[in-house]
Amino acid sequence: MEAALRRVFDSDLWWSFTRSPVVVLSAVVALVCILGALLAPLIAPHNPFDLASLNLSDAFKPPAWDAEGEGLYPLGTDDQGRDVLSAIMYGARVSLLVGFSATIFAMLLGVLVGLLAGYGGGFSDAVLMRIADIQLTFPSILIALLVDGVVRAALPREVHDQIALFVVIFAIGISEWPKFARTVRGSTLVERNKEYVQAARVIGVPSWRIMLSHVLPNVLGPVLVVATLNLALAILSEATLSFLGVGVPPTQPSLGTLIRIGNDFLMSGEWWITIFPGVALIVMVLSVNLLGDWLRDALNPKLR
Amino acid sequence: MPANRPLLEIRNLRVEFPTRRGVLVALDDVSLAIDPGEVLGVVGESGAGKSMTGAAIIGLLEPPGRIARGQILLDGRRIDNLRYEQMRRVRGKEIGAIFQDPLTTLNPLYRVGDQLMETMLTHLPIGRDEARRRAIGWLEMVGIPAARQRVDSYPHEFSGGMRQRVVIALALCAEPRLIVADEPTTALDVSIQAQVIALLKRLAREKGTAMMLITHDMGVIAETADRVAVMYAGRIAEIGPVRQVVKAPSHPYTAGLMASIPPLDRRVARLAQIDGAMPRLSAIPQGCAYNPRCPKVFDRCRVERPDLLHAGATEAACWLYDRVPAHG
Amino acid sequence: MFSFIASRVLQAIPVMLAVALISFAMFAYVGDPIAIMLGQDFTEAQRARLVEELGLDQPFWVQFAHFIVNAIQGEFGLSYRLSRPVAQLIGERAPATLELAFCAAFLALLVGVPMGVYTGLYRHSWLSRFFLTFSLIGVSLPTFLIGILLILIFSVWLGLLPSFGRGDVVQLGWWSTGFLTLSGIKALILPSITLGLFQLTLIMRLVRAEMLEVLRTDYIKFARARGLSNRAVNFGHALKNTLVPVITIVGLQLGALIAFAIVTETVFQWPGMGLLFIQSVGAADIPVMAAYLMMIAAVFVGINLIVDLLYYAVDPRLRVGRGGH
Repeated sequence: MEAALRRVFDSDLWWSFTRSPVVVLSAVVALVCILGALLAPLIAPHNPFDLASLNLSDAFKPPAWDAEGEGLYPLGTDDQGRDVLSAIMYGARVSLLVGFSATIFAMLLGVLVGLLAGYGGGFSDAVLMRIADIQLTFPSILIALLVDGVVRAALPREVHDQIALFVVIFAIGISEWPKFARTVRGSTLVERNKEYVQAARVIGVPSWRIMLSHVLPNVLGPVLVVATLNLALAILSEATLSFLGVGVPPTQPSLGTLIRIGNDFLMSGEWWITIFPGVALIVMVLSVNLLGDWLRDALNPKLR
Repeated sequence: MPANRPLLEIRNLRVEFPTRRGVLVALDDVSLAIDPGEVLGVVGESGAGKSMTGAAIIGLLEPPGRIARGQILLDGRRIDNLRYEQMRRVRGKEIGAIFQDPLTTLNPLYRVGDQLMETMLTHLPIGRDEARRRAIGWLEMVGIPAARQRVDSYPHEFSGGMRQRVVIALALCAEPRLIVADEPTTALDVSIQAQVIALLKRLAREKGTAMMLITHDMGVIAETADRVAVMYAGRIAEIGPVRQVVKAPSHPYTAGLMASIPPLDRRVARLAQIDGAMPRLSAIPQGCAYNPRCPKVFDRCRVERPDLLHAGATEAACWLYDRVPAHG
Repeated sequence: MFSFIASRVLQAIPVMLAVALISFAMFAYVGDPIAIMLGQDFTEAQRARLVEELGLDQPFWVQFAHFIVNAIQGEFGLSYRLSRPVAQLIGERAPATLELAFCAAFLALLVGVPMGVYTGLYRHSWLSRFFLTFSLIGVSLPTFLIGILLILIFSVWLGLLPSFGRGDVVQLGWWSTGFLTLSGIKALILPSITLGLFQLTLIMRLVRAEMLEVLRTDYIKFARARGLSNRAVNFGHALKNTLVPVITIVGLQLGALIAFAIVTETVFQWPGMGLLFIQSVGAADIPVMAAYLMMIAAVFVGINLIVDLLYYAVDPRLRVGRGGH
């Protein structure tokens, strides 16, 4: 264990990580966001969904540093007296949940397809990659919208509301799998032709075994990079869908939902209701993007 | 007939690569000279520093590599400390370069004739029409048939051997006095190699151009070079006239290299080889770099690094040839 | 050359058919058009008559064929929500979206390409670092947030530019344009920036990455070894080689703009096809969704085709020439 840890800290990756203060900062920020979101029920100052605790007379309070603000609500309140800071923490929870789930879903599906296509070759490769290519020509937001719209039309409203969260995750995941598939397929093709794989085949190791224990580990590096960058995209996609009103259900608002609600009050001057969730969203996505960029450069053999 | 001053002189060149684990020395105290019109071969294994020497001469060391010590002189003038713009004028006009892979050396989006003309127009005081005439002439000189039509072709319309001929034309068209050729035939078919080498040899002779021919192929060197330098681990092991180095090598490494070339005229039970491998740049042994593998090693080899010493008709960096007795 | 075009066109047809199939499947299986169109009470006779009229009792493939034939003629039926011909609805709104997309694309290219070239050539200058930071933030900002921020600054606080609508438009035949009036142009500014910013950063990063790749190639090294001037190497050789693959992606981005307009149009209440699409997704208005899908697919496929042709025209390696010997 100690030897493994020492190897981690001695590696090129760690050195490149600690070298850039920006990257370290974004890692810290990302960690803070994730922890804050996970622990929201424990550490949020208020519970914005507990209708009993809401006080309409506290509505539209500006942030605490403003003359009319109150320390009780550091970032102000919205039209129903909900604390913006707490709403952000709960909202970030939903945003991150959808983002991670969608990315993992896309990753599992894409890696599977990529392995099959790259290893199987020939017909399956051609068919699967054609599908991926066709899907890649359309922007993922469109695909997510479409999937969401179709499901919404196909199911009665009450059923839809119950599973809306899963629908969103599914929609975003479906729209992102081709990128994973392409990357994995490319790496698989490279690995498949290497001698150690051919040797394994000659010995008679079953294909799935080869794919799992030999090819997969070598493919994980690029997959990780794609996953990180896709996480940022997934969070943005969910925010966009929720902003447009076709994302997460109103009972589980994400940051996108909050921004949409706050948008109505922008013109009348209560800017904090929409801007603070916006800032939170930007900070989260920015730190993930920075990490993804660093990871990509650090794992790129050409740049070493 | 030797001129009174060499065309190119490298004195005590040291090229370093700062890395996070310390400084790697890619070239360590390398000195050599090339006379006008002479062909100097530079041989060695991969990583011995041959290409690095060539890159240093034309001023295109990949950063973070840099010249830490030493001088490079062209016709008596220092060129290692020139600013980029000054060096740029030397490149092409006075020193030409040929690289290894003809498939990637030519810009695929530009016509061959245009690339030739561009080079000439940059360095020579001629007009476009004259440049085009000369471009066609160069293509003919390197043996491209139907030059008048092919001058407007794109690189991908030529085969590998033809492309390398175009590269040779490009290197020579600004009339340099020295060519640095880095593995010019390694990427070509064996049958084409001979043709291209013969072409290079002929053109160099006709134009009086000196050449530094970098390769790991001893056969090419034996055919083409006047003198040869054998490099090992960033240092010169032996340098001298080609015949001597090949027939009667002084340095044990050179001897090992020559011995490992299988003879064509008889069968041998085993192929001769040198045990071990060339050390990595981060782990060069103290003293003579070859000492772990040398069959003739003795104590001094492990401690002191040998300079180039006279060894018959060649110079070898080996303590075996130290005639001067150690001072007691 | 013709075989190239023909093969590309042939490849496009299955894609369109696949999209048509998906659209039609949506039509046929999702929701009950009869119930929607007739409301709550209807007799069996009414239902039967409508079914026959709409041809809903015929086999799947026959209906599909009808659908395709209609689609080619631009006939997509009536919108569930607005009870107007879909084709007409889309036609009315197309100019708004197209003008917006055009402005955004123009902006993205005009600023993005030079920025990309600059950051590729002068990697370590402070301006490059600034551009890169800017691009990173740009990629992390969702389009709608950019729109909101711009509205906040320029409409609410500064009161300079309108926050919704197209302003006054001039009708030129079927097309309505906002370019000819001052209010129209003012209305275009914020939405164009919003829509174009994401693409701008993408283009900039792409051009930069491509430029860095090209600068590492052997032929650039050889050009330097021949003593060509910096300008010839950077702007003659490197730039030309960079822009060729960039053309493909840029072309595809233009198509993406039309799709991304959905978000921008929502933020600015811009009366374009995107806003129409969103409203129909919310109301489960299948005919509009299906028609929008087909149209977008046609646009994408068409753009892909044009980009392929451009590529062919620009890269001599694709024109199978006389070959070596």
